[in-house]
Amino acid sequence: MTFARRVLAIAWKDLVAEWRDRESLTAMCFFAFLVLFLFNFALGGDQTLIRGAASGLLWLAFAFTSVLGLARSVQGELANDCLDGLLLYPAEREAIFLGKLCGSFSIILLVELISFPIFAVLYNMDIWSQLPKLLLITIPATLGFATAGTLLSTMTVGLRAREAMLPFLLFPMTIPLILAAVRGTEVVLRREAFELAMPWLKLMAAFDLLFLVGSLLTFELLIEE
Amino acid sequence: MVQGAMIGRGCERALGILTVIGLVIGLYIAFVYAPADAVQGEVQRLMYLHVPLILISYLAFFVVFVASILYLWRRDRQYDAIAHSSVEIGVLFTALSIAVGSIWGRPTWGVWWTWDARLTTTAILLLMFLGYLMLRALVDDPSRGATFCAVLGIIGFLDIPIIHMSVVWWRTLHQPASMLRPGPSTVALNMQVALYANLVAFGLLYAYLLIKRLQIERAREELLRLQMELLG
Repeated sequence: MTFARRVLAIAWKDLVAEWRDRESLTAMCFFAFLVLFLFNFALGGDQTLIRGAASGLLWLAFAFTSVLGLARSVQGELANDCLDGLLLYPAEREAIFLGKLCGSFSIILLVELISFPIFAVLYNMDIWSQLPKLLLITIPATLGFATAGTLLSTMTVGLRAREAMLPFLLFPMTIPLILAAVRGTEVVLRREAFELAMPWLKLMAAFDLLFLVGSLLTFELLIEE
Repeated sequence: MVQGAMIGRGCERALGILTVIGLVIGLYIAFVYAPADAVQGEVQRLMYLHVPLILISYLAFFVVFVASILYLWRRDRQYDAIAHSSVEIGVLFTALSIAVGSIWGRPTWGVWWTWDARLTTTAILLLMFLGYLMLRALVDDPSRGATFCAVLGIIGFLDIPIIHMSVVWWRTLHQPASMLRPGPSTVALNMQVALYANLVAFGLLYAYLLIKRLQIERAREELLRLQMELLG
């Protein structure tokens, strides 16, 4: 088997497991909906205020939701010694990391795609004509979240306080992504010139690159111990 | 061996004395010798604590970065001890610098805290390395904790420029760097002297604390070893 097929095999395993119980997916979708729903009350139902803050709210909802999915993705490997089985799988450690990453990335992206219509309806936004541009922002941001999250949840998975530790490590590091995604989404939703989002896209690319390379170089050390 | 330890102890004591002298001179220059700022008045003297503290904490985090790489490469516990100790001091200095800056900011900018670019980056830096310390406290196996934290120290450090860039694009209000910029300095000469004197003093303090902290780490390991020996 080639490297790419091993990666896909691991990602496929995660996606099939997820599809069979749909536990993470349901929890994440419901959570994203709930956050978007509750933000309305935080802003007192003021329509102009809500429209101004909409992209920020959207990405906060996504950030919280991602943490939920990322923690579960690695957590699932702990039950029944799955992790040992995974490590016995004849693949490079890099392939295991990329496989887990692809699995988490797909699930988070799916939740985001499901959340877009909910967001559009609740916040009265026309996002449909802007969907391609919106995806251009969403994909690199989600990739960065999934990469940093997969790396960090490998560290926090066995800890007593893992539910608190993962966000505590993840959020400070991913602030560039949150800022970039929020500003980029603002540019798209306000129909501003897309060039304004370009620096943010480059920033996200730099972030994704750093975490991808960093993770691939160090993942082996994290799971061997 | 014994002789080496005695020389080491002598050096350490000399460093301790130098640190005290440096801090006394630095504080004297800062609070007595240097002139009060023409616009901001006496409160500007806080700069002589604020700036050296933050610059030395940057140095501390750079030491963490280098020591973490060396640990992953060589697998020597000593490098991990350096990284861990340096984070503790760096976090302390960063927190102090933010606190001092906040006290300075209140009369000058009119607010305790503002979401200015460099302030925000520093706060994120503090959070990131607090996470480092929390992770280390929570991982039971010391060698696992060391590896995790080394990875965190390296990636976290490399993430700083990206964080800084994003925050700068987001907004900026802080006065631009006065000392670390190209071109002629805009800071009066005796103010510069005060700043550099304190920078050296706090640098010495960092080195002294680092050595002390490493000794504690070594003593802890020794204690653990003796316990193991006694309990068999």
